[in-house]
Amino acid sequence: MADAKTLHYFDNYATTPTDPAVVEAMLPYFTTKFGAVNSRSHAFGWQAEEAVDLAREQVASLIGAKPQEIIFTSGGTESCNLAIKGVAKMYAEKGKHIITTAIEHRSVMDPCRSLEREGWDVTYLPVDQTGLISLDELKAALRDDTVLVSVIFGSNEIGTIQDIAGVGAICKEAGVLFHADACTGLDTETLDINADGIDLLSLSGHKIYGPPGTGALFVRRRRPRVRLSALLEGGGQERNMRSGSLNVPGIVGLGKAAELALANRVADKARISGLRDAMQASFMGELEEVYLNGHPTQRLPGALNVSFNFIEGESLMMGMPDVAVASGSACTSATLEPSHVMRALGVGEELVHTSIRFSLGRFTTQDAVDTAVASCLKSARHLREMSPLWEMFKEGIDMSTIEWKHD
Amino acid sequence: MAYSDKVNDHFNNPRNMGSLDKAAADVGTGIVGAPECGDVMKLQIQVENDRIVDAKFKTFGCGSAIASSSLATEWVKGMTVQEASDLKNTDIVNELGLPPVKIHCSVLAEEAIKSAIEDYQNKQAAKA
Repeated sequence: MADAKTLHYFDNYATTPTDPAVVEAMLPYFTTKFGAVNSRSHAFGWQAEEAVDLAREQVASLIGAKPQEIIFTSGGTESCNLAIKGVAKMYAEKGKHIITTAIEHRSVMDPCRSLEREGWDVTYLPVDQTGLISLDELKAALRDDTVLVSVIFGSNEIGTIQDIAGVGAICKEAGVLFHADACTGLDTETLDINADGIDLLSLSGHKIYGPPGTGALFVRRRRPRVRLSALLEGGGQERNMRSGSLNVPGIVGLGKAAELALANRVADKARISGLRDAMQASFMGELEEVYLNGHPTQRLPGALNVSFNFIEGESLMMGMPDVAVASGSACTSATLEPSHVMRALGVGEELVHTSIRFSLGRFTTQDAVDTAVASCLKSARHLREMSPLWEMFKEGIDMSTIEWKHD
Repeated sequence: MAYSDKVNDHFNNPRNMGSLDKAAADVGTGIVGAPECGDVMKLQIQVENDRIVDAKFKTFGCGSAIASSSLATEWVKGMTVQEASDLKNTDIVNELGLPPVKIHCSVLAEEAIKSAIEDYQNKQAAKA
């Protein structure tokens, strides 16, 4: 059984533990204040409505929006689906072209691919080796029939943060709606939907120490007023944009998580990046041939995605059984396909299979960092001894000249 | 996906990890796989009177790949060249309890053995 004392958690960009203060805020809404928001005629309903109203304000405050502009969903994936498909279907008569990037999360990629099969045209902007899109290329890709630009704010895989304000300004000038997938990063970064020119924004509860199964979609109401074709139809909740009885305890938790993020983001950002930078310096100082994946500075504070050349990712993780991390290696995915984000960086395939992602967070301690560094270095040294590629490298063999025997 | 105990064992206590002199007349070296695929195995055998007296491996790959090649060297030591070349990947799958998604690791190990044997036999033919 995983126990945080013996298995140190470094996978915060996969999911975060729910903050104890969030759990505490949610509890009364399960068994005592359990009314439905739609129950207009009694106190159970009124107190549920009050709690949800507060949560709406808390989420809105995190991103500089108005409470009425927040729609509650079941999570980041639903928010992204609603944003993309909702805008596409609503504005189909205006145009059927969408622009996004090559490093989006699957919850943006897959709706886009699905729309392509239904007759939409999607442009996937490439990224450079640090994971950044080019604003010039974005401008050049805009067409008369473009209805939506969707860009991931902070990459959950490599941590690279896009120039969101730059994208927003371009979209505003072109009169095209801009959706930012901000599921990862709002616990430490500051985004303002007005300053950054954002029209839709997806956020996820379980990424910001809130409960899993919760999320929100910011939908701009003024200048312009954004309309969406709903995915879920029924009781007409959330101004007809997302039917379904509200998950009151979940929403209360999401609101609390947003409030905590707003209060802690500056201090957390400094503390987490300090720990992360020290980890990075240890790896690069102690071992040769360690490469950073992602932008060196324009990066989420908890992100440390590194490639240990000549060591395959899954085996490296196996050698650190006391550390919970992730890898971009094909061996770790169910489909045996390497990460599409790593591929998009254009780094050599070997560096894809050798990548490990450590993602630090609010609850990461110095002790955990020290243990993880020691464990990783030990595993890396053991595996380099075992690696025929490391042996060839040490012998000075140029591996790009070898004809490998494989199918 | 938790690893099987045997795979863990080979990973933590690899058998015969290392290198033989690839220039030696009685050594056969097989290198299979490719870095872009995430799997490269180097397997070497030292042969005396048609019997494999020593075997070494080095592997770049996941835990199952490491275990497969470690097991392969453990098995071929003491076998005749013919017996080693009759080893099937399915024997490795069964011994290690490899899930379907890791079967290709055992296939690579079987290829590594055959490749080492082929190299050894080419050397003998060149001598003759």
